[in-house]
Amino acid sequence: MEYIEQPFLFEVSPHWTVTELTRHLRLLLEGDESLQGAWVEGEISNLSRPASGHMYFTLKDANASLRCVMWRNDAARVRFIPKDGTAVEAHGSISIYEVGGQYQLYVDALQPLGEGALFQEFLRLKAKLEAEGLFDLARKRPLPEAPRRIGVITSATGAALRDILNTLRRRLPIVQVTLAPVPVQGDEAPAAIVQALETLNRIAEPEVILLARGGGSIEDLWAFNDERVVRAVTRSAAPVITGVGHETDFTLVDFASDMRAPTPTAAAELATPVTLLDLKSNLVEIGQILTNGVVSIIDTRRDAIEWTRNQLNMHSPLRRLQSERQRLDELSRRGNSAQFHRLQLAAERLNGLENQLTALNPMAVLGRGYAVVTKNKKVISSVTQVKEADRLKVRVKDGEFNARVTGTDR
Amino acid sequence: MAKTEPKPIGKLTYEEAFSELEKIVLALESGEQSLEDALSLFERGQGLTKRCSQLLDEAELKVSKLSGESLEPFQEPE
Repeated sequence: MEYIEQPFLFEVSPHWTVTELTRHLRLLLEGDESLQGAWVEGEISNLSRPASGHMYFTLKDANASLRCVMWRNDAARVRFIPKDGTAVEAHGSISIYEVGGQYQLYVDALQPLGEGALFQEFLRLKAKLEAEGLFDLARKRPLPEAPRRIGVITSATGAALRDILNTLRRRLPIVQVTLAPVPVQGDEAPAAIVQALETLNRIAEPEVILLARGGGSIEDLWAFNDERVVRAVTRSAAPVITGVGHETDFTLVDFASDMRAPTPTAAAELATPVTLLDLKSNLVEIGQILTNGVVSIIDTRRDAIEWTRNQLNMHSPLRRLQSERQRLDELSRRGNSAQFHRLQLAAERLNGLENQLTALNPMAVLGRGYAVVTKNKKVISSVTQVKEADRLKVRVKDGEFNARVTGTDR
Repeated sequence: MAKTEPKPIGKLTYEEAFSELEKIVLALESGEQSLEDALSLFERGQGLTKRCSQLLDEAELKVSKLSGESLEPFQEPE
């Protein structure tokens, strides 16, 4: 090789440091939009998850492999347990780890292969049912405040049922629960749920229905995106509360139901806005109203008695009686015997009247503290209503006591 | 108030007891009864209040399950 030719080569060839070249490559990759925010399909291998929480793995297919890294925050959001050999779709951006000189996929979302297609199907069905008006807010029915009969459609063995029953037991144990046990995932699930909605409404006539399932992957929850199930929910005679999966899961039945709860437990809470405690304090209040009612009736009677007594006093003939008596004395002094005799008779009559008045004086009744004497719940107002040994109830201002007739006077 | 054969209080369900209680409260609030009637309404009302509280205190969640077209008791898994 001729030394003389070298300078020419140097003139035309770019000259890089490793750092410069690597940075240049990185910028090239990062500038290619098709490599940023892209989905990559492959099978996981060499998965490692060190204490840092970041996730490192390789995506492979038959002919190539791709280094992947997923930072801790993104990795924590992965909803399934990835293993070597799992076929996945990874979403992320291609870049270069300059120190290692390696290009790799920086993954921000990871899902089992096929889930993306399911999501597309979900969106298509959602748009279709929405266009039919099945999700209209105007369709949503009000929920009962304190239902006595609650229907539950879920698996007989799942945690969702346990959560629901525990919540109902804690909040409103006087409800009657009817469970329609169904498979909540798998091919038979949609038809079983549709059937359960129909039968439950017809046989148990619940005031509200809880349709629930615990958390799971999008495939696990898929029965709740089934068109037949969505339509059956909108046909249900009783309003339906859905509690499917976790807080972040939305299924199509959630849009069609009358109320969407984030979890099965929350569904049971929404079904029982009025709790046992509320009912108890309501009863205490009613007891108070009851007492006030009867007290005010007694007060009204008491006022009437008071008024009558005043009227009686005002018009009492006692005063006239006294002046007549005085006249009688005068006459007797004058010795008019005929007149005297006649007036003496009148005086006797007046004395009798006076005695009667005293007996009738309501003050005597008031003085006894408004005692109301009853026999077999009938108020006793005459001695003829009782006989010896009768059991009586005597109600006084602050309570009542029992008494027995030991004799009668008339 | 319609006086249809008053059931013994101890046999009333919560709903029955409570709805009768509500009627009694309304009647007493109108205050149009004789003292005798008011007292017996009050007595019945007190009994009904007690019955309702007792039913609430003793309440135990009843769970049945659909089996085909009929209902049967449901044994909760432990």
